[in-house]
Amino acid sequence: MLRTNLLAAGIAAALGTAVLLAGQAPPAQQPPQEPRPTQEIALTITGEPGTLPRYAVPDFIAASPEADTLAAARVIGQVLWDDLAFEREFDLIPRDTYQSIPAARSLTDVPFDRWRELGADGLVIGSVRRVGSDLRVEVRLLQVSTRQSALSKEYTGATANPRLFAHTIADDIHQNQVGLRGVARTRLTFSSDRDGERLGGTVEERTVKEIYISDYDGANQRRVTTNRRLNITPTWSPDARSIAYTSYRRGVPDLFISNIYQGTLENPTKGRGQNFLPAWSPDGTRLAFMSDRDGNPEIYVMNRDGSGLRRLTNHPRNDVTPTWSPAGTHVAFTSDRGGSPQIYVVAVDGTGTRRITAESYCDRPSWSPAPYNEIAYASRTGSGFDVKIIDLSTGERRQVTFGEGIINESPVYAPNGRHLAFMSNRTGRQQIWTVDRMGRNLRQITTVGNNTMPDWSR
Amino acid sequence: MRTRWRMALLVALLVAAALGAGACRKKTPPVARPVMPPPAATTTPARPPAPPEPVGESPVVAEPAMAEDTMASRTLDELNRDSPLRPVFFAYDSAEISPEAQQALNANAEVLKKYQSWVVTIEGHCDERGTAEYNLALGERRAVAARAYLVSLGIPAERLKVISYGKEFPFDPGQTEEAYAKNRRGHFVITSK
Repeated sequence: MLRTNLLAAGIAAALGTAVLLAGQAPPAQQPPQEPRPTQEIALTITGEPGTLPRYAVPDFIAASPEADTLAAARVIGQVLWDDLAFEREFDLIPRDTYQSIPAARSLTDVPFDRWRELGADGLVIGSVRRVGSDLRVEVRLLQVSTRQSALSKEYTGATANPRLFAHTIADDIHQNQVGLRGVARTRLTFSSDRDGERLGGTVEERTVKEIYISDYDGANQRRVTTNRRLNITPTWSPDARSIAYTSYRRGVPDLFISNIYQGTLENPTKGRGQNFLPAWSPDGTRLAFMSDRDGNPEIYVMNRDGSGLRRLTNHPRNDVTPTWSPAGTHVAFTSDRGGSPQIYVVAVDGTGTRRITAESYCDRPSWSPAPYNEIAYASRTGSGFDVKIIDLSTGERRQVTFGEGIINESPVYAPNGRHLAFMSNRTGRQQIWTVDRMGRNLRQITTVGNNTMPDWSR
Repeated sequence: MRTRWRMALLVALLVAAALGAGACRKKTPPVARPVMPPPAATTTPARPPAPPEPVGESPVVAEPAMAEDTMASRTLDELNRDSPLRPVFFAYDSAEISPEAQQALNANAEVLKKYQSWVVTIEGHCDERGTAEYNLALGERRAVAARAYLVSLGIPAERLKVISYGKEFPFDPGQTEEAYAKNRRGHFVITSK
């Protein structure tokens, strides 16, 4: 039985990521490996040949009688089901088919035959108990045919957010069973006008936009900025503890870094020119951004504190929307130097600029994490835009969204490279959606107001 | 178009006259105000047969003097709400100053020469048929192009600030060619006077 404190696990995960990114070798990098619990025998649950293993995830058992424990037991089961379905590595048996199976009262009292009848290869059962002011969650991943345990863990954490237990368990199961870095604990950030606050003193009615964050699945949407101006282009630092964004809080657009757990603010560019579109280097030490400080839109790189400023592009046309390669050696950006906006790549020392798209209009390059070697971007298709992906090794392109006359733009990768978040106005308003990199598994993340320019935490 | 512009001017004058009267702080009972024509912005979809002129005719003569007074006495908000500075419009994905845009900028230059203390911000705006990120650069180019033209007419660059809003603040949220055309603009805001 491995005991994990959620907070400690979170910090360890963050540190692990930082170390990994700092030491990563270009271009191939492995997803971070969490240490395997040594006391367990490796057991991979398989399905029928050629099919995904079928999983059942019933409600967790409430092992103490408090109302919030009961609620947590239900929430964890449902959210865990959703999290496991998200990566499409398992075939999740719908929860409304479990009714005929008597609810387990303990982790040792499992009606395996009934689950087998339902066609389950794997069964996730768990219990939730209140211990002091915390919740303690025990979980087992069982192979139904052999009744063996593939994963057995215990988690202790605050009662406030039971979803986080489910997300942590889902990430552990993905790591344990398929060696995959799941994204259940990652988060999104985006710009939203949902508060409907108007900008004072202007001629027209202008609605302010504030920076918001949410869990990867859209739960726990929370506001980060409160300055009642235009705040756009938010982007997570690699350790997911800071958000850099473009803010008009002082009138002129400038870059700010909000340290969301300390409530502090940094302003590395200090109002020199108009500054937009910050992009963190993979090690979190530098920011690329677009500025007109030398007369026209160019890409610059600076240290996080604003020192060490260097100009990366030098062209009289527009150079805009920088994004880093996963190894931090290159920057992709948009330029209209060839007549129309297209995606270019340049080495971070400013050499070797090359164009990689030749379409009618392309923008918002987003470089995939390894093992994929591709760039997602928004491309004009007819009167709208769609998300496309270009494979950098083969030059092959594929389209991810198909919305004639609809705007699908601002694509960004999930940290495991398997999903994208983007903005679409397909419902009439601008909303954040996620989709996997092959164009399946489309999900709407936001519903209130207009929500644009997402970024996905590492 | 021309009559609408003239109407707008007349409305402005009437408002100005009313404000001017108010500013005197005499206890004059509120004069029975002439019926205001609807503001120019709210265009009636089906155009009424005859362009209504009645309200506007008489005060035309008083124009120059009153304009002078009101410009000086109005607040920035009042000035900007009914701005003497005209917006300039751009073609799709373009920051080029068209002949029409030149006319608007020529007129704006005259206003700026008349009111030497005014500092204005030129806002660059784009329509939603460009991407959100690229439009931040395009809006910048539009504002800078308008400023460069005004500087070429002798307006000091220090009086002309630029700011790009990309497609974040559309003037018309519609998805029609007409709406897009309105949103591709350099918009003038008087920021100090």
